[in-house]
Amino acid sequence: MSEATFTLDGKTIPFREGQTIMQAAMAAAAYIPRLCYHPGLKPHGSCKLCTVKVNGRHTASCTYQAQPGLAVESDTEELNGERRSLLQMLFVEGNHFCPSCEASGNCQLQATAYELKMMTPHYDHFFPDRPVDASHPEYLLDFNRCILCSLCVRASRDVDGKNVFALAERGIKTRLIVNAESGLLADTNFSADDMAAHVCPVGVILRKRTGFSVPIGQRTYDINPISALPQPKAGES
Amino acid sequence: MATAPGPKLKVATVSLAGCFGCHMSLLDIDERLFDLVELVEFDRSPLTDIKHCGPCDIGYIEGGVCNAENVQVLREFRANCRTLISVGACAINGGLPAQRNHLPLSAVLDEIYQSGPCIATGCTIPNDPELPLLLNKVHPIHEVVKVDYFIPGCPPSADAIWKALNDIIAGREPNLGHGLIHYD
Ligand code: SF4
Ligand code: SF4
Ligand code: FES
Repeated sequence: MSEATFTLDGKTIPFREGQTIMQAAMAAAAYIPRLCYHPGLKPHGSCKLCTVKVNGRHTASCTYQAQPGLAVESDTEELNGERRSLLQMLFVEGNHFCPSCEASGNCQLQATAYELKMMTPHYDHFFPDRPVDASHPEYLLDFNRCILCSLCVRASRDVDGKNVFALAERGIKTRLIVNAESGLLADTNFSADDMAAHVCPVGVILRKRTGFSVPIGQRTYDINPISALPQPKAGES
Repeated sequence: MATAPGPKLKVATVSLAGCFGCHMSLLDIDERLFDLVELVEFDRSPLTDIKHCGPCDIGYIEGGVCNAENVQVLREFRANCRTLISVGACAINGGLPAQRNHLPLSAVLDEIYQSGPCIATGCTIPNDPELPLLLNKVHPIHEVVKVDYFIPGCPPSADAIWKALNDIIAGREPNLGHGLIHYD
């Protein structure tokens, strides 16, 4: 029996039954931009960076089941332009001052924006006021950079079995909260061994006293663009 | 860089709410400056000390907008420059000066000039009429005037500036590949 396949930008991609377009593409080392998908967690389909066109219609590739014979478009001027606008909105909604961010050079938001050649955030900045939570002895939460991808929520709930994080409110008011009466990370059972401690794609959940230890030029995305790095497998962050 | 067939392009540069780092990075193109001055001549710029910007081909703006004078200068540049380039983190997203944006301006001034540590008693907030009035928030320049091109970085590297200027002078949109596009 021949393997089931679909095409991604004309390239043949094999898949197993039940795989999403994103999973099959990652297994075939084909890059589709993504921010809220992690191979070790259930897809959330919220950032829409992974939007592709399947037989001419827009859909999130991290939630769409692969089917034989689909014609999937991803790396097109139209889709990349839409992705750039999504990135620009993420940048202006938070406070992303990369030069002072410990995640700079290792940040998936920044690396994806480089990949898609975002030269400016374009929109008017919100400059929101989001105080940091430094209560925990080992970890710092800098909410200024949260893109509400919910990876930490899913990791803590579904893998760590702890439910430390949650998304509160709706729409433009959505924000990340810590499940403790005080609202502080120190008053939860969060620990450095949790998946949630390592899954944040940006610079929110930060280990204290380790920032800036890797010099500029040697950080993850200094060397290779995000599209050229090996695609992570379940169990890796 | 190709040699210029016609008259030299006029370039004006300014640092608004910036640290002059993006000007230092321009100077960092080192011996390529010899190629550059074959192609351009400088109008208003910290390099020439000309005080007002005349009609120019390119305006190179470093820094965001933090006070009334910045707004005035930025508008003068926009009115005179055919192509306006926003250079560096501060011009593009407000940068370091914009880190005050979540604080009320009065609280910032009070802490710095009156109540903060190491302030002698009896000090007051400076109010000399010569001093430009601060804006409530620091803004990227594209929130005030139309900007044609952006060169991100804090500062952009000399190579990024060189590549972008070459592209712009050749009439192309700047295209910074991996390693040249940076926000830090
Ligand atoms: S989280 Fe990423 S994009 Fe945001 S400031 Fe940090 S490095 Fe920049
Ligand atoms: S803290 Fe990080 S992982 Fe959690 S929602 Fe925000 S950006 Fe996503
Ligand atoms: S990665 Fe698919 S919607 Fe975020």
